[in-house]
Amino acid sequence: MNNEKSKIFKVDRRTFLKTTSITTTGLLLGMQFSCSSTTKKLSGDPTANFSPSVYLNINGTGEVTIIAHRSEMGTGIRTSLPLVLGDELEVDWKQVKVVQAVGDAKYGDQNTDGSYSVRMFYPIMRKAGATARMMLEQAAANEWKVDVSQVKAKDHGVVNENGDVLGFGYLADKAAQLEVPDESSLKLKSPDDFKFIGKKTSIVDLEDIVTGKAIFGLDTKVEGAKVAIIRRPPVPGGKLKSYNADAALQVPGVLKVFTIDSPDFPLQLHRPLGGVVVVADNTWSAIKGRDALKVEWDKGVNGKYDSVNYVESMMKRAKADGTVKREQGSAGSELAKASQKVEADYRVHHLSHTPMETPCAIANFKDEKVEIWAPTQEPQWARAAVRGTLGLKEENVTVNVTLLGGGFGRKSKPDFVVEAAMVSKESGFPIKLLWTREDDVQHDFYHANCAQHISAGIDDSGKVNAWLHRTVFPSIGSTSTSDANQPSGAELSQGVLDFPYDVPNVSCQTNEAHAQVRVGWLRSVANINHAFAVGCTLDEIAEKRGVDPAQNLIDMLGADRNIDLDSMSTEFWNYEESLEEYPWSTARFKNVIEQVKSMSGWGKAMPAGSGMGIAAHRSFLTYVACVVEVEVKDGRVKIPKAYYAVDCGVAVNPERIKAQFEGGAVFGTSIALKSKITVRQGAVEQSNFHDYQVARMNESPMETEVFIVQSNEKPTGVGEPPVPPFAPALCNAVYKATGKRIRELPISL
Amino acid sequence: MGTFKMNLNGDQVEVEALDDTPLLWVLRDHLGMTGTKYGCGKALCGACTVHLDGTPVRSCSIQISSVEGKNVTTIEGISKTELHPVQKAWIAEDVPQCGYCQSGQIMSAVALLSNTPNPTDEDIETAMSGNICRCGTYVRIRRAIKRAAKGGAS
Repeated sequence: MNNEKSKIFKVDRRTFLKTTSITTTGLLLGMQFSCSSTTKKLSGDPTANFSPSVYLNINGTGEVTIIAHRSEMGTGIRTSLPLVLGDELEVDWKQVKVVQAVGDAKYGDQNTDGSYSVRMFYPIMRKAGATARMMLEQAAANEWKVDVSQVKAKDHGVVNENGDVLGFGYLADKAAQLEVPDESSLKLKSPDDFKFIGKKTSIVDLEDIVTGKAIFGLDTKVEGAKVAIIRRPPVPGGKLKSYNADAALQVPGVLKVFTIDSPDFPLQLHRPLGGVVVVADNTWSAIKGRDALKVEWDKGVNGKYDSVNYVESMMKRAKADGTVKREQGSAGSELAKASQKVEADYRVHHLSHTPMETPCAIANFKDEKVEIWAPTQEPQWARAAVRGTLGLKEENVTVNVTLLGGGFGRKSKPDFVVEAAMVSKESGFPIKLLWTREDDVQHDFYHANCAQHISAGIDDSGKVNAWLHRTVFPSIGSTSTSDANQPSGAELSQGVLDFPYDVPNVSCQTNEAHAQVRVGWLRSVANINHAFAVGCTLDEIAEKRGVDPAQNLIDMLGADRNIDLDSMSTEFWNYEESLEEYPWSTARFKNVIEQVKSMSGWGKAMPAGSGMGIAAHRSFLTYVACVVEVEVKDGRVKIPKAYYAVDCGVAVNPERIKAQFEGGAVFGTSIALKSKITVRQGAVEQSNFHDYQVARMNESPMETEVFIVQSNEKPTGVGEPPVPPFAPALCNAVYKATGKRIRELPISL
Repeated sequence: MGTFKMNLNGDQVEVEALDDTPLLWVLRDHLGMTGTKYGCGKALCGACTVHLDGTPVRSCSIQISSVEGKNVTTIEGISKTELHPVQKAWIAEDVPQCGYCQSGQIMSAVALLSNTPNPTDEDIETAMSGNICRCGTYVRIRRAIKRAAKGGAS
């Protein structure tokens, strides 16, 4: 085969030389004869492989494989990052195969969370694509014996000035022989030449999804797999007192019942809750088997937790002096003498992630090795947690990442993956571990409930001159360590320490709180609580000042500037980036406010019972302003339309960005109108979508319009930023429609 | 345990299962057809929607014993030769985000359009509000249904 190929190459080479001898007589001549004299060699040795980086392989047939190393949970990242690489490489997208990476540190960070993916990997993917492109161009130049400046990668091949084409497949083995160019010599494309970036590309899984072929967490077929379902302690930190499995074992199909130890509280983020495991031939037998278990629990240290009462106790601490985390001037004394004040207390309750696909995983443990298929946002963490729990060598733990049926932060935590591996080891079967919806709602890592007090002072000239914001909520850290008895700087930088308005006297404070359920991060995390409280208070300030709420935001932002938040708080956190690289720009913030005003027809007359509200919030380095229109009738809120203006720097796949905002509006609707987890006697009271409600079509915005600011700034994420400003914009609209201020979520009218 | 016969996507199939096994788990576990999804087990979210004699049902809450002798259509059964117009409309509108609920959404939409070829917004909301999409693709679902109703896939 190889010999045969090389013979063909030799013939082609001669033909090629003839062609070039004609063209070298003059460009005009070359053009005249371009139809008959250009050569096109697309493929080469099919066994050849050119892999200049871990994210890319080009084989001799011209098939380009791009590795998606971030998890797909609906943002489109499995398409968007490969597109970035493909754009620099000059691929024909139809000839690209996207392959999902297993969890492996060689791919760099795989923690698909924090709206990081595009921000972190945009430059890396561009460089990976540019590296390969330059090597292919060099290989082609060598073939043609011309300087590399006379060739150019285009549409899955390299062309010369004569129009001859050498395909990526043909060049694969030749490029593979070359030295990888130094990073400093890389030439990235000009944005004017982008083929995919900034344009619409459908997700690679689109047809598989609409035909039911897409593979999610439990869809992989593993020979001999059994189903496991676990009865977990109803109170986190509780332990099994006793159980009787006699009836469970009578259920046809039930194979085994055994226990997993429950750890002490704080439980940490990766450890299973423990409990009683039922393994069965099929899911229904496992469910019936579990229902038939007789179990008694010791509730443990959290057995008295009452989450609604706890919000009230946090509110007491939010109204008292707390630990100062940011201080300019003297907010306290200015408030005491302010001519007008706005003071409000805000309450937010626990929330559950409820991705449509509950946590689940397949594990096949055999001979001190385990292979896993899981819808995980963080396959490296899953791998490490499984390795550590089962005492295996890292190379003996393989974590395959399936599509995720939603994640929202839940599926970062690898506890459910560890469970599957433990159960497979203990039972001796390959295991499909399913969390029922009840398991999901009752044993989640909940969004932190929160109490906030805000006081703002307005001076005689109508200027806001004092801002006091106290927030109290259990830190995510307190799920792992009892030392974390106050929120972290990172949590406080999500809408508190990053207060951007030009107010001379600012005090941001917090106080003590502890997790008594597992607290985790939910899409946009602490921004949910803080954007709500701040966004609603600003609306009240506008009213007190007698100015339009949108204009009030612009007034309060002051002069255009990059805010030096590092100098204002030692704990300020800029989402892992420096302020030099990613400034806090009031100009960009004002721009999205102006844009959303104009697109929404802000200020237009609305019929009685209707209203428009506005809120703006920067999170995850992305600037967002939101206007929501509501109609309120008989205590029911309808949302005819929502508007977003977003500045996320370079917009890689604008169509998917719009989708994130459309979806963010629905997620925000759930938070504002529907969802609430309450805990009594340590146990979650809700269990399924009848009592833990999320927004359905008839409750969600009828229409959501999204404007993306054209920008050459560094790209930032869009998964989370749509969520924070939605609820306050909605609350402010409800105020316009009803005259009622909203101080607690979900809204109760 | 019993043996149950049904017509599944045009083929006669026979399965052995506990009488009260939900159709969802028969499809997924016994027949290996994973296009139909589990979401809640209580007919609250619509992820498991299939057609039973042409009517949309939540397969998590239909016992196999009540399916005996009936026609079942799943997401795998609506596009045997080419994509169903609803699937084409879903593609044209780029509806899915994570995609998990979309089999159920499409099955509900197909049923809606077969009974109501030109649905109003209210018809769409009535037919589709039993299907939860946590990613929040509702505005596109609505658009895709209208597109399919007009017969335009692209």
